[in-house]
Amino acid sequence: MHTFAYLRPDTVAEAVAILEAHGPDARILAGGTDLVIRLRDGSATPAVVVDLKRIAALAPGIREEAGRLAISATTVMTDISADPLVRRHFGALADAASVVGSVQIRNRATLAGNICNASPAADTAPALLVYDATVVAEGPAGSRRIPIDAFFVRSGVTTLARGELVTAIELPIPAARRGAVHERRTRRRGHDLASVTVCCCVDQTRVTRLAYGSVGPRPVLFTDDTGTLANPSADPAERTAILERMFAGASPSARSMRASPEYRLAMLRVLGARALAGAIERLAAGSD
Amino acid sequence: MSDTAHIEVTVNGRHRSLDVAVHHSLLDALRDDLRLTGAKECCLVGECGACTVIMDGRTVDSCLVLAVEADGAEITTVEGLSPDGVLTPLQQAFLDRGAAQCGFCIPGQLMSAEAFLRDTPNPTREAVEEAIAGNLCRCGGYEQILDAILVAAAAGRP
Repeated sequence: MHTFAYLRPDTVAEAVAILEAHGPDARILAGGTDLVIRLRDGSATPAVVVDLKRIAALAPGIREEAGRLAISATTVMTDISADPLVRRHFGALADAASVVGSVQIRNRATLAGNICNASPAADTAPALLVYDATVVAEGPAGSRRIPIDAFFVRSGVTTLARGELVTAIELPIPAARRGAVHERRTRRRGHDLASVTVCCCVDQTRVTRLAYGSVGPRPVLFTDDTGTLANPSADPAERTAILERMFAGASPSARSMRASPEYRLAMLRVLGARALAGAIERLAAGSD
Repeated sequence: MSDTAHIEVTVNGRHRSLDVAVHHSLLDALRDDLRLTGAKECCLVGECGACTVIMDGRTVDSCLVLAVEADGAEITTVEGLSPDGVLTPLQQAFLDRGAAQCGFCIPGQLMSAEAFLRDTPNPTREAVEEAIAGNLCRCGGYEQILDAILVAAAAGRP
C-alpha cells in the first residue's frame, strides 16, 4: 500500500487546519471502504490521511433537532438503516442504506463518505435528493450549509472547498404525509454496485420528486408540482410525457463495464415507473 | 520509509500491544504481526469477505481497515471461536453439512455467521443469504453453508 502520514485529530478545527494546510495532498478517512482500496491500488496517493473517528463532535449518531434529523459524519450505513427515526420519516433512505455493499461494508461505510466520494452510483444519493437533504460543512471560513443538489458535481468531485469537511447531513422532517420508494438494479443479488438507482417521493400536496443515479456523471433530481404524476388516474400520455422529460436527464457512459447505456436507459424507465407507483401506494397506505 | 504507530488491541480476549506501519491493514497486522492466519487475504477490495473478522461486535473486511484504526478495539478472529479446541455448534454444523470444500472462505463465512446469529437467533433462509452476501465461495458451496448456519440457528447457539 502507498505510504502516508496518519493523523487522528481530536477536534473539527484541527482537522480543518490539516486539510487546509495540505489541500489535495490530504485525504479524509471515515469508513475507509473506498479510500483504503484506492490507497492500495495507487489511485489515491495522499501525503496525509486524516482519520475523523476520534473527533467527539463527529461521533456516530442520529438526532432530531429543530424539525430536522441530523446524521453525523461517522455514522455508518448499518445504523442508518436500523434507526427508528430514519425508518419512520425517511424510509427510502433506510432502504438505500440497507443495500450498500455487504454487511461488512455497511458496518464501516458512512453516509458522509458515500456522498463525498460522489460516485454516480452512490445508493443513498437519490434518496437524499428527494428528501431535500442539506450537507453541513465546516471549513476555514466557518460552517456552511449546502443543499444536496448543489453538492454533487461529477464522479469524485463535490462543491466542497479546500479545507472543508462534512460534519453532518440533515434531513427536514416533513409536515405533509408522503410515500417514498428506493429501487435499484444490480448485476447480481447481494453485493454489487448499482447499474441504475432510483428514488421517488410523492407527498400529500401531490408534489412528486424523482431522483436517479448511475446513469450519468452525477445523480439528478426532477420535481413535478403539477400533480399529474401523483395522480394515477391522470391522462397516461401526460404522465408518460412528464416521466420522459425527467428521464431525458440521463446520459449513461458507454465505458462503464456494469451495463450498456441502452440497458441502463431501459431499466431507468422500468424502475422509475415502479418507484412512482410504489410511492403513490405508500402514500395511500399512510406509511412512508 | 514508513510511519509507524503504537496500538493496543484485544484479540481473541488477549491484550496485544503492537507497533504497526500506518499503511498496513488490520489483516496484515493479524496475519503477519500476530501470526493469526485464519483470516485470509484474497480480493483486497472488500468483495470476497475471506478476511472477515469481528471488530467491536461487528463484522468488517479486515483488508479495508487500517491496523491503526483498530487501536483500542476488540477483535475476534476465527481462532477465537473455540479457544479451548472444542468446536462451537456453528463450526460443527459446517463440518456435519459438508459446508467446507476447499475451506479458504470458511473463516470469513464463520465470522459472518457468528455475528449474524448473535443478533438474529431465528433467521429465515433469505436473511441468512443476505447476511453472507459479502462472503464469496469459489467452490460454490453456498447451499451447504446456508444449511449449516440454519442448523446452528435451530440448535439455539452460534
